[in-house]
Amino acid sequence: MALKDLPTKECYIPGSAACPGCPATIALRIVYKALGKNTVKVVPACCTAVIESLHPHTSFDIPTMNIAFEAAAAGASGVEAGLRMQGKTDTTVVAWAGDGGTYDIGIQALSGALERNTNFIYICYNNEIYSNTGIQRSGATPYGAWTTTTVLGKTEFRKEMGEIIMAHHIPYSAQTCIAYPEDLFKKLRKAKSINGPKYIEIMAPCPPGWRFPMEKTVEMGTMAVETGAWALYEVEKDKITFNGKSKLILEGKIDRKPIDDWIIYQGRFRHLFRPKKDTKRIKEIEEHIEKMWERYRSCYL
Amino acid sequence: MKKYNVVTSISYPKKGAMGKTGNWRVFKPILDKEKCVKCLRCWIFCPEATIIRNKDNTVDIDYEYCKGCGICANVCKVNAIELEREGARK
Ligand SMILES: Cc1ncc(C[n+]2csc(CCOP(=O)(O)OP(=O)(O)O)c2C)c(N)n1
Ligand code: SF4
Ligand code: SF4
Ligand code: SF4
Repeated sequence: MALKDLPTKECYIPGSAACPGCPATIALRIVYKALGKNTVKVVPACCTAVIESLHPHTSFDIPTMNIAFEAAAAGASGVEAGLRMQGKTDTTVVAWAGDGGTYDIGIQALSGALERNTNFIYICYNNEIYSNTGIQRSGATPYGAWTTTTVLGKTEFRKEMGEIIMAHHIPYSAQTCIAYPEDLFKKLRKAKSINGPKYIEIMAPCPPGWRFPMEKTVEMGTMAVETGAWALYEVEKDKITFNGKSKLILEGKIDRKPIDDWIIYQGRFRHLFRPKKDTKRIKEIEEHIEKMWERYRSCYL
Repeated sequence: MKKYNVVTSISYPKKGAMGKTGNWRVFKPILDKEKCVKCLRCWIFCPEATIIRNKDNTVDIDYEYCKGCGICANVCKVNAIELEREGARK
């Protein structure tokens, strides 16, 4: 698949409230292209609830329901049931939430919906922070990163949501990234074609949250994958397949780039480089990623 | 557009729901059509959907809403898009 094969139809309308360089709208455009107009989206409190713009107008040309922060998957379950009772089983129901709404406050509703076998796609756009409320740490924030609630750098490592999802043994789940539109598109199309609960997580580097210049959003996504800080994979009926560069890293065909190549461009890691390089903490980040890949290799290769 | 008679607040799709976001710009992307190889990277990565994809896969920029993030210039592999400070060329 090449970029020219992606549909021209747009359901994201220019002139929204999103910051310039926003990864969420890059992802949304591609998600809409993959799922088409016959989709209903449920959005909890997160940046997207702002991006959609102010009443009585919206920048989304897809029916969207706003719901409380913790309730994305519960709301989507209700929408799915309602549509099913009306016989509208061809409509794709999507829950679209941030990492705060997924890893932390929404995990109970999400786990419940997966366990109940709800026929929907849960999408988490992971910008590794609570960005809407001004950059607080979440369970997805990486070790060492500055946020307004981790001013000296986060002291814990992030959770592996992908593997928590795997423990639910749902028909399809995947990790992708805004820098790989074909990968994102293919995974969404596959999720749409499968019945039952699906989970897709999209790495979404956020310029104001990570403190990098707004033209570098895509570059930061590419480097997240090339340094191995983020892996592209999909899980179908419990069988995991790594994709693209992540597959080559898993199989040892290419080396991961050093983590410095990624974090040095992000102001949230500035204290690890200035005034003096904090080699200890940078090494801890590197070792944690290496350990993750060793586990991936021993479990999934 | 179909309007719904529901007892809740409901918003309807509109271009420029937050106004003409083109005036947020500090830098303006300038496209050199001679250099463009129609790879469509700028089109797919533009967060604002303001790179217009034409039928022949050439592109244009919608300056009314382009927020000037510079991603299009950054992802173009042949440097067909350059950023220029707003108002530099009168
Ligand atoms: C129960 C509850 N607690 C707190 C808030 C305030 N709040 C709104 S959005 C948000 C952060 C959302 O973070 P995330 O889900 O990561 O999405 P992002 O803003 O990064 O897009 C918070 C804390 C809320 N709306 N409801
Ligand atoms: S804070 Fe980040 S995710 Fe939120 S609108 Fe701005 S760029 Fe997008
Ligand atoms: S500067 Fe940003 S918003 Fe404007 S066309 Fe380029 S990518 Fe789109
Ligand atoms: S990225 Fe550059 S070469 Fe590709 S379509 Fe855009 S302007 Fe043309």
